[in-house]
Amino acid sequence: MSTILIIEQVLNGLQFGVMLFLMAAGLTLIFGVMGLINLAHGSLYMIGAFAAAAVAGLTGSFLLALFAAMAAAAMAGVLIETVVIRRLYATDHLDQVLATFALILIFSEGTRWVFGSFPLFLDIPDAVSGPVSLPGGIQYPLYRLVLIAVGLAVGLGLALLINRTRNGVQIRAGENDREMIAALGVDISRLYTLVFALGAALAGLAGALVGAIQSVQVGMGEPVLILAFVVIVIGGIGSIKGAFVGALLVGLTDTLGGIFLPELFKLFTDAATATSAGSALASMAIYILMGAVLIWRPTGLYGARA
Amino acid sequence: MMSERMVNSVVLIGLCAVPIWALLVDEPFTITLATRAVIFALAAVGLNIALGWGGLVSLGHAVFFGLGGYAMGILAHHAQTFTPVMEWPFLIEGTKSMPVIWLVAMISAGVAALVIGLLSLRTAGVYFIMITLAFGQMFYYFAISWAEYGGEDGLSIYVRNDFPGLNTLVPIHFFALCFVILCIVLFINARLIKSPFGLALNAARQVPTRVETVGMDPVRLKLVAFVISGVITGLAGALFADLNRFVSPTMFSWQMSGEIMIFVILGGVARLFGPVVGAVLFVVLEHFLGGLSNYWHIYLGLLLLIIVLFARGGIIGLLCGRGRLHD
Repeated sequence: MSTILIIEQVLNGLQFGVMLFLMAAGLTLIFGVMGLINLAHGSLYMIGAFAAAAVAGLTGSFLLALFAAMAAAAMAGVLIETVVIRRLYATDHLDQVLATFALILIFSEGTRWVFGSFPLFLDIPDAVSGPVSLPGGIQYPLYRLVLIAVGLAVGLGLALLINRTRNGVQIRAGENDREMIAALGVDISRLYTLVFALGAALAGLAGALVGAIQSVQVGMGEPVLILAFVVIVIGGIGSIKGAFVGALLVGLTDTLGGIFLPELFKLFTDAATATSAGSALASMAIYILMGAVLIWRPTGLYGARA
Repeated sequence: MMSERMVNSVVLIGLCAVPIWALLVDEPFTITLATRAVIFALAAVGLNIALGWGGLVSLGHAVFFGLGGYAMGILAHHAQTFTPVMEWPFLIEGTKSMPVIWLVAMISAGVAALVIGLLSLRTAGVYFIMITLAFGQMFYYFAISWAEYGGEDGLSIYVRNDFPGLNTLVPIHFFALCFVILCIVLFINARLIKSPFGLALNAARQVPTRVETVGMDPVRLKLVAFVISGVITGLAGALFADLNRFVSPTMFSWQMSGEIMIFVILGGVARLFGPVVGAVLFVVLEHFLGGLSNYWHIYLGLLLLIIVLFARGGIIGLLCGRGRLHD
């Protein structure tokens, strides 16, 4: 096991974690501000990826595709917020789970209807494709480094937005006492729509960025959605900082576990058993991590409320 | 408004009459469809004990459904290949006998429910939903990577398992078996919710502090409900695997958990027959909408949205008004 391999895998884990953060940030923001659990967040991710693939196919511009992805996801977010989600803020989680599950069915089948069942492909733009040499003689795909950079930049921007701007103050206030800030003259329903659109745009961006590494297909949002939920449960629901730490933890655990657990098992058993047992354990590793965190801290690493 | 008892009787008689009619006009497929509805109803009755009376929104009940399915798959697989399940520390052989399979399915689902419940009930609300969901995924991925039992492809069983005195491959025999089990479980369920345990559980859902004040542990009440719930859903999983003569990781998927939850809510949460009505309606919709359009999930989604937004209390709530037990 060489150092180069380890560094590569750590970078892969970081890239995965940063993309998960884009998903988890929106989820945790929407939960923290509105107390709403949105299973359809994965559909927004899918919509972003499909919009990007369609626009890139038409125009050939990756940058335009990214904007299209964010715009399409944000528009879908505003649409479902005003038509459906708005009616669910006052209801219990069960209704929210069911209604957003229904939205998944509608979005997935709708997308299948428009685009068909076959996966689409989104090419990495020439400017950022190909490998790049890192210090120590490591060859690493440039695009993945760009993803890490974009994810970190968005994370920083989000932190600034929430901690430094007027809208951010309102969002934080809305988490604590929605009646009080409504009484202070803030249009709370507009604020909610805005937060929802922001969360949706982040999911759409993640979908488009990841769509260039994987194929773009119906149902691509659900596995990521579940991982994003694991992330926010580990980090503590409602905390952006928790989502960031949780996302990196999950990304690294998943990637490194997949590589190193089978190797670890080879120390004890024969190669075939080690590979199957190791990969079985690796696919469960993040859920075991989540269980461990919750036994230690039932509301997650940075979670405040019970 | 109709009385709930009347609606229940109509559902039960209808569920029994349709397969008999299908037998007379020789339409075996309708009998299989009815069997599917009965098995889904059984799984949903199980979930309803946790969800309806315990207030536990479990998005991971596919774990128990899948465990039931795999209990059947593994035992029957070893019976059909004449290999033992394990030889050490003691010999366990495969079997094709349904009662034994059911017992194994219920015990493994019960043990899993106990462990998952113990861990998940440390939390509440949205954390509980997420943790049960994550446990579901854990089992799903485990089943996928378990190459010995088919991995992603699952396991096929060539002949349906045996039940003494019946030929289970005859559709009406297998239907009757599942129907009787559903009736027994419904009867037990009705007794359970009227028992001191059921009343305490209902109270623990509504005001846990008061339950604690009178000296009972609300978490333990919920845990017991969760285990009972898991055991019933596990039994349904074993029957479902036998109906299809096939078991695969899909039974563990979170969409499966979502579907079982849909059955309950479509019919009516915390109603004895809510899950039954929901499961029957779902199977009927799946059959007829599925025949009309390839994209029938859109219509199912819209229907669900309408029910959530405008018809709280599901179909039974719509027919009979709000029940005493709901809130």
